[in-house]
This record gives sequence, structure tokens and C-alpha cells, in this order.
Amino acid sequence: MAAEHHRVGDQPWVRRLLIGTAVLVSLVLLVIPVVVIFFQALSAGWSTFTGNVLDQFTLHAIGLTLLVAALTVPLNLIFGTALAWAVTRFRFPGRKLLVTLIDIPFAVSPVIAGLLYLLLYGRNGWLGGWLATHDVQLMFAWPGIVMVTVFVTCPFVARELIPLMQQQGSEEEEAGVVLGASGWRIFRKITLPNIKWALIYGVVLTNARAVGEFGAVSVVSGNIRGETNTLPLHVELLYQDYNVVGAFASAALLATIAILTLVVKAFVEWRQSRPTILTPEKGGV
Amino acid sequence: MSITIDQISKTFGRFQALKDVSLEIPEGKLTALLGPSGSGKTTLLRIIAGLESSDSGRILFGGDDVSNLHVRDRNIGFVFQHYALFRHLTVAENIAFGLESLPRKQRPTKSEIRQRVAKLLEMIQLPQLAGRYPAQLSGGQKQRVALARALATQPRILLLDEPFGALDAKVRKDLRRWLRALHDEFHFTSIFVTHDQEEALELSDQVVVMSQGQVEQVNEPTDLYARPESRFVFDFLGHVNVVSGVVKHHKLVQGDAWVSLPGQKSDQEAQLYLRPHEVHLARAPAIHARLPLRIEAISLIGSEVRIELVPVGWNSDEIWEVGMSHNEFARHNPSRGELWYAVPDIGHLFVADSAQPRSVDWAYTTAANASNM
Repeated sequence: MAAEHHRVGDQPWVRRLLIGTAVLVSLVLLVIPVVVIFFQALSAGWSTFTGNVLDQFTLHAIGLTLLVAALTVPLNLIFGTALAWAVTRFRFPGRKLLVTLIDIPFAVSPVIAGLLYLLLYGRNGWLGGWLATHDVQLMFAWPGIVMVTVFVTCPFVARELIPLMQQQGSEEEEAGVVLGASGWRIFRKITLPNIKWALIYGVVLTNARAVGEFGAVSVVSGNIRGETNTLPLHVELLYQDYNVVGAFASAALLATIAILTLVVKAFVEWRQSRPTILTPEKGGV
Repeated sequence: MSITIDQISKTFGRFQALKDVSLEIPEGKLTALLGPSGSGKTTLLRIIAGLESSDSGRILFGGDDVSNLHVRDRNIGFVFQHYALFRHLTVAENIAFGLESLPRKQRPTKSEIRQRVAKLLEMIQLPQLAGRYPAQLSGGQKQRVALARALATQPRILLLDEPFGALDAKVRKDLRRWLRALHDEFHFTSIFVTHDQEEALELSDQVVVMSQGQVEQVNEPTDLYARPESRFVFDFLGHVNVVSGVVKHHKLVQGDAWVSLPGQKSDQEAQLYLRPHEVHLARAPAIHARLPLRIEAISLIGSEVRIELVPVGWNSDEIWEVGMSHNEFARHNPSRGELWYAVPDIGHLFVADSAQPRSVDWAYTTAANASNM
């Protein structure tokens, strides 16, 4: 209805000013930079762009980034679901503390997180020395990159699930267990369908962050070209080599992933907001 | 299958939800657990189901101790307060869930399950809704589906947690009758939790009144209303008019009001409880009681006229309520603001701290006095 769009007291010029400002800010801060990325990446022609993308170090960076995401997402999917399950379905001492702790990766700067891992697992770190004597190298190698990425992205899935599972309550699961279903059957048939879209949403966010993480990864990676270089690090490396077009080519890849993520995210949000099944019908007992 | 509850206690943190509760639930009967919120009735139901564990005590089904049996293996039907239908499954899938959860050996074949579900849908009179999702159903329909789902595996015990609490009055009445008919047909042992006294009295064979984690009284509905054994049950079941005062010279006295109590010892504090139908109104005091009251409100709706009164020259914590037939009302035509006298026919006397009431009957005096009306 028109009445919902026109709040009482809003003059036309107020509306135009607010909308205009929002559009302008979005253009300057969001749209133009993204366009510039693609523009710069393609500024030396399509063949240079493909050459840059197919460069062996870039290909390796893409591969490593995908590997990190491929390991991080399932790990945090399981961790997030288990944690959300624990804090919403059981009462135990320290439950509230756990819910608070889960937010630490959001509160702490990723660089600090990287440093902490370096101090702990690095060659001179508390655990690193012991690991080194057993010939295990975590830092400045891909396992370290995966570890910090898992740390940085671990709240996403749990944060999506906890409010939803709290709101849904455990009555459906109790009904399932009274009807004799096994724990696994209850999870598969009742819990999972109920949290499916929130879970996918959490995965999309986790994946986006895992692919794009720079700060924590840069501390523990060591930036070894062709070995421990992820795509975001590769962008910086190329830029410092004065290979601007190459840097933008890799940046364009990241931007493409980001845009795809946004599309998936928008779709999932739309699915989530849709009432499960239409509206209840009137009448009839 | 009968259910025995043997000295069950349960605390949540510092709150004692159940204190040493023992109960016998007879086989094939419909038993109501009635009490105000916080009385422990839902906790008791969940312990019987196995959804909650007790701190001490035992639960027996037909003589077998099931205290350590997992809820999954107790084979009970449970109907949740908010139905708890599986929102991502259709009505038919909801009803089939229990059958499909049976261990492979006992599980009926797919076509048998389909037949069983069709039969249950017939029973709840909703066969046309088999393919609907819970969100597409009305409250009453959801409740029926929840019942069909609970009965699908043919449990011998059916537990219902506030089964009609979330429904409007009209639907509630229909469903109550329907559940009663269902119970009479299949004869499972049922327990339902309610805070609605009318529901408990109308639907059940036996009522268990609970208060503060303890059982106050167990009785058939008619006995429970006619012979409450404690002040709590009196207050909880229906309206009650109270005269509290001191006994002097075989009379309960307070201010300008008195009621004769032949044979009662003097100088005791006492309360006289009178149900609205155990009192009638008269223009003048009776020989055995003088209870002046002024009419505050008159409600003509219903099979009886309900008259609300306030004491004159004495005190009562709550307003008085007296019933009068429409016939009598037409004859005497009482109106608001008039002074009338309450004449007790039967009363229940609680003396000092004693928990049990003593019944008092003034029938012989009132008979002699009837011409006063």
C-alpha cells in the first residue's frame, strides 16, 4: 500500500535527499571500485587477462585458496552445528560463557589471531618446538593457513543456527524420540530440514570469508610464491612487484567469487524468509 | 496398562518441582492432573513419559519398573501442548513417522503403513488433508493430527500435556467430546495435564489435584467437587464463599455476622466454606445464621442467575456469589443495592490449622424456615 511508503511528515525533498545520498555513497564506495577492478584487469586486453590468470603462480594460489576453503567449510559446518546443538538443546554450567566465547574470532583482529597461532605453533612457540622435533611444520605451510582460517570463520555457522534453534525449541525432537526414532533419524528427518537454510547461509558466509581472508593468513603463510600464497596474498604480492594488471586480474577473480556469494546469499535469504508453507487456512476443525 | 508412580521427587536447581509423589493410575481410565501453573503436573507427566528423569523414586507400567527405560522404548503416545508436529513433513508423513521408526523386524511394510495412516486419517475425520503441511492446518486440526500421530503405533498409554490449552472455547468443547469418545472406544490408559477445572471434571474418570509439587487429593470428579479435602482444593475448584471468624457460644461470629454451629468448641478460629449452590438468599435472617449482604451485580446469562454480593457489617476477602433459579429470581425480583441475607444449607468448616474440613448440615432448620423466602 502506498501509505507504507509515505510516512507522515516526510517531505518529498527529504525523501529525495536521503535516497540520493544512499545511492551516491553506494556508488562511490561499492560500485565504482568493483567496476574499476574489472576495468583494470582487462585494461591490457583479454589475452593479457587470461595470461595473468593462467600464470602458474596464480593458478597455484587459486588451488591453495580453494583447498583452504574446501577444508575450512566442512570443519566449521560440523563444529558450528555441534556447538549450536549443545548450547540450545542442553543446560550445563558454562553454557552462556560458551555462547560468548564463540564470538571471540569476530572481536579479535585477524592479525592478532595469526600472531597467536604463530606464537603457539611456530618453531619457537610453546607447542611448535615439540612439533618440530617430530618433524611437523604447521606455520609457514598450508596447515597453518587452514588453522587460522578455521579460527577466523568458526562463528558463522553457529551464529546463524543458535537463534533459529532457540526459537524452534526442542519439542519436535522430543516428539520424534517419543515416537521411537533413533538420534540419527531425528537429526536427518526433523532437525536438519528445520535448519537447512540457516545452515546453507552459514556455509556461504564461511566460504566467502575463507576465500577472502587476508590478515591472519598473511601472518602465518610466509608468502612463499607457488607454495603458501593464497589468492588475496597473491594480489598484494603482484601489486608490490608493480604488476598492477596482474594484481587486478587476481582481484577480479576474488570479486567474481564475492559477487557469486552475494547472489547465493540473496537467494538463501529469500528462501529463509518465505514462510515454510504458505498461510494457514481459516475455518474447519 | 496401569501406571504406578512411586515416591517421585524432582528439583530444578533450588526449586523443588515434585516432593515425594506417589500415585496409582488405573488401567483404561482417563486421569486428569489438575493444578495451577508451577504445581508440578507437567513435570510429573514428562517423568512418566521419560522425557525428564526423576531425582528419586520409580515409575512402573503394569508392574514393570520402567524408570531406567529410555523414552524411545517406553512405547507411549505423547501429545505436546503446542502439538510439535514436524513442520517439514505432510500430515500423512507425520502420522507415519512412528511406524517408520520401528525397528526393521517390527516395521510394517510400506503398503501396510499407508493403510494404517489412511485409517487414522479417517478416525480423525481429516482424510482430505493427508498432503497438507502443519502450517496449513487450523489449531483443532493440528491437535487431531498430533493425536493420530501419537496413536499410530498403538501405545497402551497416552499422555497429553494441556491438550486443549491453545484452542478457542468452541473447538475445545468439540475436541473434548471427541477425545472422550475415542478413549471409550480404544480403552488405553490416559493421563492429561490441565489447569482448567471444568475440563478436568468433565473429561476424566479420576482427577489428581496437585499443588506445589504434591498431590492434594485424588478422587472421581463428582466426589472431588462435593467433598474437597483441603482448603486448596476448595479454593481451586469453583467459587467458594467464606465466613471467617471466632467460635463463641456455638456460633461462628464476625462483626454483625454469625452462623450457628451446634456442638462446636468455643474460642477457636474457624472458616466456613460455602459453595454458591449451598447457600440461598432471603429478605430476613434465618434462625441459624445472620449474614447480611448487599447485592453488587446480577448476571442473568446461563441456566442460573448469578448474584454477586458484598458483606455489610463484616468482612470477606472475596466477593460472595450465590446462584438462584430464573423462576425464583422472577418471584423475588432482587435488585442491585438491596440488603439480603445469605442462608447456608450445607457448609464445610475448617477449624484453626486442621487441614480436613467438617461438614455442617442445617437442612432441618432451613426446612422449617423455608416460608421465610
